[in-house]
Amino acid sequence: MSKSHPHYLKPGLPAPRPARDGLDDPFWSALREERLLLQRCGACQRWQWGPEWICHGCHSFDMGYQAVEPVGRIFSFERVWHPVHRALVDQGPYIVVLVEVPAADNVRLVGNLLGDPRQPVPIGASVSGIFEHHSDADPPYTLLQWQLT
Amino acid sequence: MAGVGQTTYYKHGQSPHAESRLTLEAILNACADAGIAPEEIDGFSSYSNDRNDGPRMAAALGCRELRFSNMFWGGGGGGAAGAIQNAAAAIAGGLADCVVAYRGLAQGQFGRFGRGAEVHQVSGEAAHTTPFGLMSAAQMFAMKAMRFMHDHNVERSALRAIALASYEHAQTNPLAIMNGRPLTPEKYDDSRWIVEPFRLFDCCQENDGAAAIVLVSAERARDLPHPPCYVLGATSGGHYRAGAPVHNTPDYASSHFKTVARRLYDMARIEPADVDVLQSYENFTGGVLMAVVEHGFCEPDEVNEFFKVENFLAPSGRLPLNTSGGNLAECYMHGLGLTIEAIRQIRGDSPNAVPRADVSMMIAGPMVTPVSSCVFGSQATL
Repeated sequence: MSKSHPHYLKPGLPAPRPARDGLDDPFWSALREERLLLQRCGACQRWQWGPEWICHGCHSFDMGYQAVEPVGRIFSFERVWHPVHRALVDQGPYIVVLVEVPAADNVRLVGNLLGDPRQPVPIGASVSGIFEHHSDADPPYTLLQWQLT
Repeated sequence: MAGVGQTTYYKHGQSPHAESRLTLEAILNACADAGIAPEEIDGFSSYSNDRNDGPRMAAALGCRELRFSNMFWGGGGGGAAGAIQNAAAAIAGGLADCVVAYRGLAQGQFGRFGRGAEVHQVSGEAAHTTPFGLMSAAQMFAMKAMRFMHDHNVERSALRAIALASYEHAQTNPLAIMNGRPLTPEKYDDSRWIVEPFRLFDCCQENDGAAAIVLVSAERARDLPHPPCYVLGATSGGHYRAGAPVHNTPDYASSHFKTVARRLYDMARIEPADVDVLQSYENFTGGVLMAVVEHGFCEPDEVNEFFKVENFLAPSGRLPLNTSGGNLAECYMHGLGLTIEAIRQIRGDSPNAVPRADVSMMIAGPMVTPVSSCVFGSQATL
């Protein structure tokens, strides 16, 4: 665990692994370098998330990844109380947020809202991204978390 | 709808019989109810990747010929009306004469839906949700209900009314797991959070059991033991990019019925006001909330007034809802129990029969994709 950014959830949850077909490799690789890359169609410039091989708007296969600043708005949230995984038995409540990214056509990302897990969560509030490194994992990975701005 | 069959329902892990045997029992019970020999079944229609596939069931039952073997894509109970849709379409299209729509599900034998998978790594869509502690069905859907409730100032009493109605109806249903375990408003309010906005009693059960429904042509149904119950309409699907991954469907705060419901009313040639009794799949009460709105029974901003328990109680409420106890209080048989209850209402043998129920609706699997809905009618509706 990184000392500067303790992990939001207790250890032991399944780790994200890039898809075997390579579809989301650039996303996961960039997070390691503290950058957020999302899919953007090279033909019609539309942003798209979650990842697909094809642009749903123009059917181009030219789906590149482009950097976007990790800032957004809380679109919805949930506060989880009942643990459904062994790793979370002693966790207590935690907050999952769905964040829309206005700079990328309002595509949405799932993450946790850092801070007091019992805090009120204002839908529509601005949030900024925090890179949560899991460098001791094998292989290492990074999650994008959020905090109110 | 020629006949319906259910096994004894169990809490998860308590069935003395294997899932496959439960499935066979339910099919035999439905055949007995219909007065049809099991060998006559020539079509099998199921959903949610049921493990008890049609070819295997047909061989086990010694069916004379297999003519239709069909799986409705998608997870959850989105196919609890979709399996009816496909079975009815097969008969109407001349592909088969006698089709059983069924679901066998013993969560105690194959893993509970309410638990996250104990694995080291996840990839694909799950990689973008599971590491944040979002992995169970309740967690997948809570944010949709939360946003809908935020947009329309929905009070928690609306969700409570759904749970109270289901539990009240279960008290007169001998098959219901929660028979003899009534729910009060205080008990609901005091129950623990599972994931906000859902408390314990907003969530379906996890069970072992099986259910089956036998369909034949309308012509043949007239000669069978029960009063005929006709499929007036059955539709399925989802709105534009309803299945977009990682919570990116454009119309997010939805149960996914906006287009499906419109087509259902067109097909059945009815309006919401014609519906005498409603079964609406409760994975979570928030799904019922949005599904009832999207089927046109009230406006989104009227929810707090409309969702009162007295409106939902049989026999005389404005819109009797989940009259067997449903997934919350009868059994979570992936919604097929609700489909059976919708049929019983037309036949008049529901444990909470609504007098002169001529039009009976069933809504399946809110918030998944595809979802499905169907409407049954009595002879008077033809």
